[in-house]
Amino acid sequence: MGVKRVVTGVFGEEGFITTKLDSMVGWARKYSLFVYPFVTACCGMEYMSVSCAHYDLDRFGAALPRFSPRQADLLMVVGTISHKIAPVLLRVYEQMTEPKWVIAFGTCTCTGGFYDNYATVQGIDTILPVDVYIPGCPPRPETVLDGIMKLQEKIQNSKQEY
Amino acid sequence: MSDIFERIREKFPEYFRSSHSNFGDDTILIKPEGLLPVMGYLKDEEGFNVLMDLTCVDYYGEEERFEVVYHLYDLTEKKRLRVKVRLREEEPVVESLSHMWKNANWYEREVWDMFGVKFLNHPNLKRILMYEEFEGHPLRKDYPLRKRQPRVGPLN
Repeated sequence: MGVKRVVTGVFGEEGFITTKLDSMVGWARKYSLFVYPFVTACCGMEYMSVSCAHYDLDRFGAALPRFSPRQADLLMVVGTISHKIAPVLLRVYEQMTEPKWVIAFGTCTCTGGFYDNYATVQGIDTILPVDVYIPGCPPRPETVLDGIMKLQEKIQNSKQEY
Repeated sequence: MSDIFERIREKFPEYFRSSHSNFGDDTILIKPEGLLPVMGYLKDEEGFNVLMDLTCVDYYGEEERFEVVYHLYDLTEKKRLRVKVRLREEEPVVESLSHMWKNANWYEREVWDMFGVKFLNHPNLKRILMYEEFEGHPLRKDYPLRKRQPRVGPLN
């Protein structure tokens, strides 16, 4: 985790912690992900499952959905993105304040899936940057939790802007 | 069920084209200019009070390229009837049924959006699924398979 806990008798009973500021900010950020769920299709059922009690996103500090992009820092794009709604998605992303991360949830969001047609965006990474891709049609909740943990790892290990 | 075919044939001999009951589905093909009187008769006197579906088929390469298909349902007698009209490629225009069945409004907008069939006297004939800037009608057989018209981002 990057946080070293040192307790000695020299400094009294309270002890102290040594760490780097970057590491501490990363640690704080990775456990307070405010999610904006951009849910458009059937993957939404899996998203509901993963955020409710059985799989419990709250264990990762990512349970609280914010329906205003201005209060969110994790954009979860869940489901097929059509060309019609693509500008809306882009605007939601642009309204989010830094630092912000994006998860592409499900095959359609990652690549367009089997909707290789006139209506569908072939992967949201063609219009905005994506941090974690979670494949599956739809992905199992375990896969999503794995993706969340991958994102936490990424947040922890990246250089923090503040 | 063939008696309904007979009644329509007798009442509208100038509009009736053909009929069949393949696989138990009663179907009549009529001329597009007779759509309003035939449909009015079917609704008011034969009791087909529900328009279950309205769609279109593109028979690309045939002279009468578009076939508009109406699925009717009789709620009291629980009977179904399929009515079809064929439209020529140069003039894919047919009368709107939106004043007869309210739900025809959105069905017809969808057929306009996907196939480019125009509906006369429709109150609001504009695209319903695709965006306004979209060019062409994507379910036509001659719409290029790989043609993309994104609003943002690259041609992917």
